[in-house]
Amino acid sequence: MSAIPFPAPPADSAAVTALRAEFRAFLDRELAGRSPRQRSDNWYGYDRGFSRAMGQAGYLGMTWPKQYGGHERSAFERAVIVEECLAAGAPVGAHWIADRQSGPSVLKFGTETQKQFFLPKIAAGEFSFGIGMSEPDSGSDLAATRTKAVRDGDVYRVTGTKVWTSFAHEADYVILFCRTSGTPADRHKGTSQLLVDLKKTSGLSIKPIIDLAGQHHFNEMHFEDAVVPADMLLGEEGQGWDQVMSELAFERSGPERFLSSIELLVQLLEVLKGRDSDAAQITVGRVTARLAVLRRLSRSVAGMLQEHQDASLQAAIVKDVGALFEQSLPDVARELFDCEPDPRSAQAYAGVLANIVHNAPSWSLRGGTREILRGIIARGLGTR
Amino acid sequence: MLADMLQRLFERSLDDQVQAAARDGQWQPALWAEIEEMGLPLALLSEDQGGFGLSNAEAGEALRLLGRHAMPLPVAETMAANRLLAAAGLELAVGPAGLARADDCQRVGDRLTGTVARVAWGEQLDCLALAVGDTLYRVPSSGWTLAEPGTAANFHPRPTLTIDWICDAAAPLPYCPLAGGATVRAFQIAGALEAALAMTLNHTATRVQFGKPLQKNQVVQHELAKLAGELACATAAADLAQEALVRRDLRGVAAGTLRAREAAGAGASIASQMHGAIGFTREYPLHLHTTALWAWRDEFGGQVMWAKLLGQAALDAGGPGYWSMVTEL
Repeated sequence: MSAIPFPAPPADSAAVTALRAEFRAFLDRELAGRSPRQRSDNWYGYDRGFSRAMGQAGYLGMTWPKQYGGHERSAFERAVIVEECLAAGAPVGAHWIADRQSGPSVLKFGTETQKQFFLPKIAAGEFSFGIGMSEPDSGSDLAATRTKAVRDGDVYRVTGTKVWTSFAHEADYVILFCRTSGTPADRHKGTSQLLVDLKKTSGLSIKPIIDLAGQHHFNEMHFEDAVVPADMLLGEEGQGWDQVMSELAFERSGPERFLSSIELLVQLLEVLKGRDSDAAQITVGRVTARLAVLRRLSRSVAGMLQEHQDASLQAAIVKDVGALFEQSLPDVARELFDCEPDPRSAQAYAGVLANIVHNAPSWSLRGGTREILRGIIARGLGTR
Repeated sequence: MLADMLQRLFERSLDDQVQAAARDGQWQPALWAEIEEMGLPLALLSEDQGGFGLSNAEAGEALRLLGRHAMPLPVAETMAANRLLAAAGLELAVGPAGLARADDCQRVGDRLTGTVARVAWGEQLDCLALAVGDTLYRVPSSGWTLAEPGTAANFHPRPTLTIDWICDAAAPLPYCPLAGGATVRAFQIAGALEAALAMTLNHTATRVQFGKPLQKNQVVQHELAKLAGELACATAAADLAQEALVRRDLRGVAAGTLRAREAAGAGASIASQMHGAIGFTREYPLHLHTTALWAWRDEFGGQVMWAKLLGQAALDAGGPGYWSMVTEL
């Protein structure tokens, strides 16, 4: 069979339906004052207070064991929380990466001490993480990583540079992907992951990288003989590649891969009020069909994860098709409503449009470029 | 189980000759007899109704196989018509059947008159499950004559029929025939895209240009990945439409059929391009699937009709209600 199978997603149980209703009420309360422009930041919105509220209400670390502060809910229930956050434009940035990939990596590969230290704080919304993968010369080609960590007694001494680290200037930790032996020519071999304290690591400096919208999400992290305790090694030394692939699988499988521009659609429907036309009906109908089917595919992935199946190919398809969808919405909107994008506008629609137009290019870059994903899918089809 | 039986039937009885004859509008009685013998016309009915009691997944697989093998006879239509007739409590078809909506038909007393446009294999059918307003009629073939011939993009007959019938079989309409037809078409589209992807993978693996198989070129790999994405969307879209049909939710049927229709066009385009000129010929079988995709995507309500239905629902929901509506689909 050449098709990549997507099993039917599990039907919403009574518990899932109740959870969705309960969580929508929570979001209504928490996000009452959040403007459309703020909502359009999607998961780039960063608010420690909101993350703490999520943690206190039991919506973080949902699938983790209770002994680590988790809630032992299903992967599918977690997916409900995630999609509702994104659809509402909740400021999830302060817990996003920790809850999605760093925490699960610690749970999977960490020592008992690490699990007890990190997981309860993440589940409480207290600990914020960044991603320490990309380098100036190693973006899509992650195996070319050069950042080096040399064991020196009880510590690793780290030298190198990481880039595109979202919220490194705000967050508490990153999982650093680095080389503990050999050279970049060794590719996957000799790589490891370290848990690095962003606030207290001597020899680490963090500089902003301002994006084209003038916003500061990204950072450059420069390690100059930086000292990381050896007990902050995640998993096994030399097994970094397999571990980082596992981390990427967590990263690529969620609904954030097609909901980034949902606020533009919401605001478009508002400005179209009283201007119903055939064109509006047809275009909105077609877009809604695409969204509904992407959501079904994403729920299928969540169902697979719940059954502990490997969903990496399916996730790559959702992300590839999903990024095209979310990037298409500015043009869809422009076909139906005339408005110049204005990043500083007080008007909701013009501001949201500008924010979406500015940020759209990043959606087929982050978490694996379109080209990398298509290579993964093609390999899954047996082409190489 | 059913899938295996279908697979064997197609391998045994569905060859180039049958396909060519069907393109000339020639009914295939031997093939139809095999289909009847398997009980396929009743496959979508519950066991109480005398059907197979298939799960959604099994029904979907059977319907996709019809598309994957470019079944030229109106098997999917007959299955959909019987499901609708059974839901209305009307007598089932004895032979091939169709389903349609024709709101401009007139009923005066017991006499129903009007036209039904472009019915698949209309002259060969035993009966038609015909919706007029809120009523479903089971119109037997004696109740219609040919108004004018018509041909689908894959060259199968789509005649327009003149109805003149004294009705003796009517019931309240359980759901729109266009929804039933569009749902089976969505599965057929997914099946045809499965075939198109399989053929495209095979062709690009074996066709050597510039000293290497086409598939070793990254640009070709990326097109294959896109085709796999369209197939995934079409399959999920058909499943979504099917579940919505069971709930009688036309918005969900609209979402599913629209995305499957979109995948039909996009997928056929990629498969054609990746095949080069051979894919544009009758001697190579890709055309069975591309021409079927171009036919099926515009049947049982057009894209505009379905998009307006779903679009209006979204506009009615408005910004604050939009996501909640999407999660109901």
